[in-house]
Amino acid sequence: MTAVSDAYARPKVSFWNDPKIRSIAVQVFLLLVVGFFAYEIVHNTITNLTKRNIATGFEFLNKSAGFDLIQSLVEFTSESSYGQALIAGFLNTLMVSAIGIVLATILGFIIGIMRLSRNWLVRSIATLYIETIRNVPLLLQMFVWYGVVLKSLPGPRQAYNLGDMFFLSNRGLNMPDTIFGDGAWLGLAGFFAGILGAIAVRTWARQRQAATGQPFPHVLTGIAMILLLPVLGLLLAGWPITFNYPVLGGFNFTGGTVIIPEFMALLVSLSIYTASFIAEIVRAGIQAVSHGQTEAANALGLRSRPTTRLVVIPQAMRVIIPPLASQYLNLTKNSSLAVAIGYPDLVATGGTVLNQTGQAVEIVMIWMIVYLSLSLTTSGFMNWFNARMRLVER
Amino acid sequence: MGSSSKTLAYLRTEDAPLLPPPISMVGIQGWVLANLFPTVGNAIVSIVAGAFLLWFGWGILDWAIFSAVWSGDNREVCAVEGAGACWPFVQSRFAQWVYGFYPIDQRWRVNICFFLGAVALVPMLIPSVPYKKWNALFLLIVYPLITLILLTGGHFSMSSSSFLSALSILALAAAFLPLLAFGIEEGLQSNRIGLALAGVGVLVWLASFAIDFGIVRTPLGWLSPGAIAVAVFTGAGGAIGIIQLRATGDPAAKAALRNWLIGAAVLLGLMAILKIDFGLQPVETSQWGGLLVTLVVAVTGIVASLPLGILLALGRRSNMPIVKTFSVIFIEAWRGVPLITVLFMASVMLPLFLPEGVNFDKLMRALIGVALFSSAYMAEVVRGGLQAIPKGQYEAAQALGLSYWKMMSLIVLPQALKIVIPGIVNSFISLFKDTVLVSIVGIFDLLQIVTTSSNDAKWASPQTAPTAYFTAALIFWVFCFGMSRYSIFMERRLETGHRR
Repeated sequence: MTAVSDAYARPKVSFWNDPKIRSIAVQVFLLLVVGFFAYEIVHNTITNLTKRNIATGFEFLNKSAGFDLIQSLVEFTSESSYGQALIAGFLNTLMVSAIGIVLATILGFIIGIMRLSRNWLVRSIATLYIETIRNVPLLLQMFVWYGVVLKSLPGPRQAYNLGDMFFLSNRGLNMPDTIFGDGAWLGLAGFFAGILGAIAVRTWARQRQAATGQPFPHVLTGIAMILLLPVLGLLLAGWPITFNYPVLGGFNFTGGTVIIPEFMALLVSLSIYTASFIAEIVRAGIQAVSHGQTEAANALGLRSRPTTRLVVIPQAMRVIIPPLASQYLNLTKNSSLAVAIGYPDLVATGGTVLNQTGQAVEIVMIWMIVYLSLSLTTSGFMNWFNARMRLVER
Repeated sequence: MGSSSKTLAYLRTEDAPLLPPPISMVGIQGWVLANLFPTVGNAIVSIVAGAFLLWFGWGILDWAIFSAVWSGDNREVCAVEGAGACWPFVQSRFAQWVYGFYPIDQRWRVNICFFLGAVALVPMLIPSVPYKKWNALFLLIVYPLITLILLTGGHFSMSSSSFLSALSILALAAAFLPLLAFGIEEGLQSNRIGLALAGVGVLVWLASFAIDFGIVRTPLGWLSPGAIAVAVFTGAGGAIGIIQLRATGDPAAKAALRNWLIGAAVLLGLMAILKIDFGLQPVETSQWGGLLVTLVVAVTGIVASLPLGILLALGRRSNMPIVKTFSVIFIEAWRGVPLITVLFMASVMLPLFLPEGVNFDKLMRALIGVALFSSAYMAEVVRGGLQAIPKGQYEAAQALGLSYWKMMSLIVLPQALKIVIPGIVNSFISLFKDTVLVSIVGIFDLLQIVTTSSNDAKWASPQTAPTAYFTAALIFWVFCFGMSRYSIFMERRLETGHRR
């Protein structure tokens, strides 16, 4: 055995021609170069910071901020600390991203399906939309929405009025505020009961179909349960909901709640821009399902709608979801453009804090860590999801 | 049976003439029926969609052409009720949108750059035009040099110590030339003394970070003794290396020597040309603006991101764990953060990273940020191509005895890059669009200058900002749409062997 393995062993190579030695040498060299640069950067930064008398560390986060935010999900006054300002900014980023993702997905799927329509006009509208929106910078679109469209809305006195409840003006969209009275928890309980009920019905319907072949409209039933059970709960509690309507007083509205124009411009431009990319992803995903699949489904006697729902969409989703997730991530990262129109997201509040304190290193570090962890979490989730959804081949 | 034909009154003996297809199936009518009105539901959708398109198209046309204001000197012509686009405003500001605050009497320099770029780029993009290699050489080396000198005015302060450093680097390379020509083993044997001297030079250089050697006056100007020592040691090493090569007369040695000479001539020549005073008025980058800056940022980003991205992609696919780790960390760190934070970092943190006395101007810092950011995206695109090349190609190249770099540059990368051309162009497009973000760190790119000038009181009217943004959007759209069409064209052209 040893004789054989000796015969087939690699010929003796000289020290410097051994690939292993070479690879170690290259890596040691790279390590030295990177180490040198890292040392230089840290050294220079410390020197420069001491020379400019800038303290390092995160103590400044506890200092009082002294500025206000035009929108905050948590209690924020000018006495709040820099740290709280950053948290409020982060929550704003999350909110605009979450709502933007929902809107962009809906719009993107609609446009993507329009793009595949057999009707030439519908197809052209979708193509026109995609080719226009995709090829114009997002920031420019945001400026147009903020500086042209929303600015040209009438003032509060001439606001567009929908049933004395919604007022659209250049101050934003004023709408009623919901006030929940005693017993409103019954509505919430009804909502959760509806979700649980929908899951239960779905499980039961699937088992029944597997056993007997009889389908059951579990989707409609589920939606009905989720919508109706909260209403039932609220009715049981004696409808403890009141609305606080916005009222025009002086030069602006009082009461109710308002969606500020900065938020609207950011949300609309982000959704419209991302939707054009999602539309292309959806189209590509649907086209990626081979025609043989549709034909096979037709040969089995499935009609057009079950073919789409049971054969085409599940396979298309496998192609659609990974790029879709990266678009969601892009939307989240693009929401940082808020700084250009003055919406207080993480980057905008961070920029204000940076200007006031001069703590550039710390602020940029916070930004990077927050966005990096968002990205890494998403991509980790996507890897897990892909592994689950992967086509299991023999 | 034979008699039955007699009993029939009529028997057709030839085929009936072929009729044209029904008129409802062909021509415009057929197309309209099939594409717009196949069913009742579809017909309703068609009418609604058609009405929408007509309304929308008419709205744009009416605003941009029929109701638009075409001439005038100030806001009064545009501030009229019901007026459309305010074109005289664009006309009066367009030059500024293109050149920024570049001195008016110096604009011819920018024009030459635009013209030369277009003249060199167009034949590069048309596949049938020959001399691609020379064209590329011009575009990648000569053209940037011309642009740099024309736009800034040249006459860079290039101290004698920077020439000395360049010479040291060249000498260091010369010391290693025998290794390249004869292989590592023999090269080490033949140039032991030269390499040792060069090594001492590098050690002295490293030591200069720890020990301050001070500065002395020399005939060449102010120099530090450390730099002189480095130059002396590496120079001696390099000289011995070159003597070794010349002594053998081996063809490989000659080739190595020739390449070294070309490299040395190009490097020193570039430095000399940059130093020459052409008598051009210097123009600070803070005076650049508009489309000029947008193009400078985009082109620099594109040119820098491709080679960096290829290197990073190769690094990420490498078998060496440290190389791979560094590449992954670099790529994922840049891809995970928004460009704005990168630009903020480049503008506020980069000055902190640099040693005292070294300073980049604002535009340069933004360029570095953009280039690093886009190279990470490019790396992922190229990696996709590398992964798509079947393993057999790698194995065949190795079986032929090709080294790693030969395998990559001759076998793998040509195929991989061809596959990912659409991806590369897509990242060029997004890079081009992303250049507008430099406006947030205070650089007057096209969008910033358009926004600023639309706030001008002289032209204040409800239609000023829409017209300004419309024009800017149109400019961006033309560039991006052009690139995407070109990528589709190239994709079709290059689609040769992969369709089965």
